[in-house]
Amino acid sequence: MAIETTTKFYLPEVLPPAGPAPDGRDLEYWQALNQHRIVVQRCNACGNLQMEPEYICYKCHSLDRGWQEVSGKGRIYSWVRIWHPVPQALKDSCPFLVVLVELPDANGLRIAGNLLGDPNQEVVIGAPVEAVFEDHKERGYTLLQWRLVR
Amino acid sequence: MEQNTIKGKAAIVGVGESKYYKRGGSPVSEFALACQAIIAAAEDAGIKVTEIDGLASFAMEQNEPSRVAGGLGLAELNFCNMAWTGGGGVAAAVANAAAAVACGYARYVAVFRALAQGRSFRFGQGTTGPGMAGLMGFTVPYGLTTPAQKIAMRVRRYMHEHRVTQDALAAVSLASYHHAQFNPRAVMYGRPLTREAYDQSRWIVEPFHLYDCCMENDGASAVIVTTAERARDLKQKPAYIMAAAQGSDYRDVHDSENVPDFSSANYKHLARRLYDMAGIAPKDVDVVQSYDHFSGGVVITLAEHGFCHPDELMEFCTLENLTWPNGKLPLNTAGGNLAECYVIGMQLVNEAARQIRGDSTCQVKDAEISMMISGSVTTPASNLILHR
Repeated sequence: MAIETTTKFYLPEVLPPAGPAPDGRDLEYWQALNQHRIVVQRCNACGNLQMEPEYICYKCHSLDRGWQEVSGKGRIYSWVRIWHPVPQALKDSCPFLVVLVELPDANGLRIAGNLLGDPNQEVVIGAPVEAVFEDHKERGYTLLQWRLVR
Repeated sequence: MEQNTIKGKAAIVGVGESKYYKRGGSPVSEFALACQAIIAAAEDAGIKVTEIDGLASFAMEQNEPSRVAGGLGLAELNFCNMAWTGGGGVAAAVANAAAAVACGYARYVAVFRALAQGRSFRFGQGTTGPGMAGLMGFTVPYGLTTPAQKIAMRVRRYMHEHRVTQDALAAVSLASYHHAQFNPRAVMYGRPLTREAYDQSRWIVEPFHLYDCCMENDGASAVIVTTAERARDLKQKPAYIMAAAQGSDYRDVHDSENVPDFSSANYKHLARRLYDMAGIAPKDVDVVQSYDHFSGGVVITLAEHGFCHPDELMEFCTLENLTWPNGKLPLNTAGGNLAECYVIGMQLVNEAARQIRGDSTCQVKDAEISMMISGSVTTPASNLILHR
């Protein structure tokens, strides 16, 4: 279910385009984001949820992979505020925030993203956040971003 | 515990290095730096360079072994080996060399690393090129591109879980700078750091200030490893390998944000294996070199090696405790990656061996057991104990 979308970019399009790995292990994840859905890998044999996607289930070693949609509600697990631009093209974007979000409805699996809003805001581990889909239409992908639940 | 171990079978018998420079400062190539370090280590050991018949390195060393062997005119190359991973591979490279001499593949193995950052690539520039793939796709689009940033994410979580503050990180950084002031080889020799300057330095990525991050340098370091039997007849006092370990904790996958034990430095089982092999406890360790690409990783690493409980870090991880000559556990006694030279940690092995020989510039009195830990919040990681 789409929660919120934005056509504003948190970071300018100076980084390489996002999207599936060349070997396709996470293709379904990126396809789902384009449809404003979030999926995590679910083993068709044993039901184990895992991220980031991989070609094998680490629990039962099945290669039969499926996907499960999750709500897009999460909690901040950790965070960093980046001040030194790498690459230099991000110079005018610093500081900015990257949060690691744990998903309670996916066994605490984690997905990173930017925390939208004031880059100088105080960040609290454990704070509830929700997904925002950031469409990069010309480059053909959607990024998963996060904002605080007020 | 496995009974058939490397303990007591091999030793470091020579240490050498090139001159250490700021990044871009070397007048000679990375290859020449590597050769200079190996030659210096052989001279220190009292062997002819051409007696070296094995080469070991780590972290995708660019100077491949046949070129080094050819350049040095080695009579025979009987062993060459590269440990996977980056800074986590230093101790593993020494361990591989020790295994090679103990098994008779080679007689004298030079373990070396050379680095002239910018000639080939710069670690701190992250992975943002067209090769971005797989796990990087989950972080790079959000600007999370460098080791500093990714390790900061794990350190931040650890600080939250164990109530660690900036003071512990500062102590690690200040300890390295303190020790560098006694070491004329150190790039930061003559450049002392105060807590005020640390606090006022710019953020690279919170919680890392500038001085929490290692330098970028040009330099090379090398050691010579041979069997315990040969070591006894050589020029220097041998630094015997008491134990070595390499590996990763459960599912500590490089670049993954879903490592189960996220707020870890990746030594929980490696430290146990190391102490078991050595047959010692943390209290027996006299001096530690711990890979300090970022101070925060060292803080976690010290706790995971049992020097204190994670919840006691704020009492343990102080400048007073970590500095020679009076600290409980002198740390990075030549200045480390932060203040001596960043040779991806190889120079820490040289210092660990010097502490056993008794010729460190911050010599711990009667040091008998010297630990070297490579990696810290990297994977795979490795560690090593030397003894008299």
